[in-house]
Amino acid sequence: MRRRVAENLAAYGFLSAALICFAVFSWYPIARGAVLGFQQVDFVTDPVWVGWENFERLFADPLFATAWRNTLLFTALALVFGFVVPFLLAVVLNELRHFKAYFRLVVYLPVMLPPVVAALIWKWMYDPGPGLLNSALRGLGLEGAAWLDSADTSMLSLVIVATWANLGTATLIYLAALQSIPGDLYEAAELDGAGVLRRLWHVTVPQTRFVLLVLLLLQIVATMQVFTEPYVMTGGGPEDSTVTVLLLLYRYAFYYNDFGTASALSLLLLLVLGAFTALYLRVTRKADA
Amino acid sequence: MRTLIAPGRHRAGYHIALAVTTVVLTAVFVVPLVWVVLSAMKPAVELARVPPTILPETWTPATYAEAWDLMDLGRYFLNTIVVAVGVWAVQLAVDVPAAYALSRLKPVLGKGILGMMLLTLMMPAAVLLVPTYLTIADLGLLNNPLALWLLGAANAFTVFLLKRFFDQLPAEVLEAARIDGAGQFTMLWRIVLPLSRPILAVVSIFAVVAAWKDFIWPLLVFSDPARQTLSVALQRFAPDTPVNLLLAGLVLSSVPMIGLFLVFQRHVLAGLTAGSVKG
Repeated sequence: MRRRVAENLAAYGFLSAALICFAVFSWYPIARGAVLGFQQVDFVTDPVWVGWENFERLFADPLFATAWRNTLLFTALALVFGFVVPFLLAVVLNELRHFKAYFRLVVYLPVMLPPVVAALIWKWMYDPGPGLLNSALRGLGLEGAAWLDSADTSMLSLVIVATWANLGTATLIYLAALQSIPGDLYEAAELDGAGVLRRLWHVTVPQTRFVLLVLLLLQIVATMQVFTEPYVMTGGGPEDSTVTVLLLLYRYAFYYNDFGTASALSLLLLLVLGAFTALYLRVTRKADA
Repeated sequence: MRTLIAPGRHRAGYHIALAVTTVVLTAVFVVPLVWVVLSAMKPAVELARVPPTILPETWTPATYAEAWDLMDLGRYFLNTIVVAVGVWAVQLAVDVPAAYALSRLKPVLGKGILGMMLLTLMMPAAVLLVPTYLTIADLGLLNNPLALWLLGAANAFTVFLLKRFFDQLPAEVLEAARIDGAGQFTMLWRIVLPLSRPILAVVSIFAVVAAWKDFIWPLLVFSDPARQTLSVALQRFAPDTPVNLLLAGLVLSSVPMIGLFLVFQRHVLAGLTAGSVKG
């Protein structure tokens, strides 16, 4: 009994610093965020309750719909590239028995770059004149693109950067998952007359289904919060084509000092991302059980 | 080991696939980086030329030194190191004892506390941007690296990884130390930590890399230019810095991370699969 008391005292001593950090920088902000959305907050006057006014201001802002449309476009494009490409790349790399260390090193190299560095490098490579991309395209006899300078291609350009910079993580996680697939499954499928594509679809995909699903959900949640690339590379332009939800939130909070409306937007984002997070929790729970 | 395609079959196909993969991955991931390193050594006039020169016609490696001086990179390196080392040290100092307490001491309400911590992982970071920023401002921690250190310490993923590792330590060793009269602090410091080197390495690398790569929090916290980290400063300099100097700055600010990766590659990649997403 005395030992339990002593252990509890020691435990709470050890926990105290973490409890303070979590309380101040996580738990309290979570609660505060819910309240802020219904207040008018700037640094000048005391917060005032304003009911749904912040939300009404958002709905009246033409950029609100634009930001969501742009964010959904980014997420959709990021999934096409960032979800499918790493998986196929991992499948290919898993087949190759040479240069394994080199491939791993190379795909992960960009992940180590600070995102601002990657964004600035690409901004320079996208330069329609002397930029590397258009120079390479012209070298191949193709016509260059306007990339960041045109509202039609700006979002796609950002997706390419984000995919380039982050693809290594997903690829290596898939690769680890692929290596845990028992070889006899392929053997058996082949004996049953299944070709490469059918083996891929009926063995590889089901065997890695859990990892695929988890990374898909994590990726949706992450890409919907895209900020660094549009902030650094386009500032939301041209013609507002790259204003994302987070960029709009940043503008409300830090250009207009309207923290209430920014928080209202956070709450809406939470509502959307919460659905995916709940799904993620269900998936991982089930796998644990 | 048997994979999708039986080894040894389709020899020619295999070698074509190997060659194509090597060329494509090198072109996509290595060429741009080499291109930046080389381009920084071209004079500004040569950089604006269409089509671009492949190797610099006039080698000006001094651009790197010039960029260092012009942008005062030494200062921003120091700021970034202060942030990264601080995040690492504070995160370990706060989260290791917490994880140990939750894992081995099993206090009353321990499960609830862990649950509350893990709950924060489910909160999208963007959603907490404004309330956390206002809290930092209320505490008077704007323009103070302490804000980022403490923010980094509230890391549920680190607590989770550490706790899971501590859970698997052999009970006999700890029991033996306890019978020998070791206090909880001695136990953690002398017995548990030496046994936990692998997970400490993974967690440390995570912390340093995340702090070095972070952009949005340093951007919000450091409005004072003199205190900014490399990412924030480079982004501020970008619009009106000559391209060759900017490129040199980008290269220099990436060197520590690339170096870290080359040296600790095994630990970095091990950390990738250390999370819950195991197949």
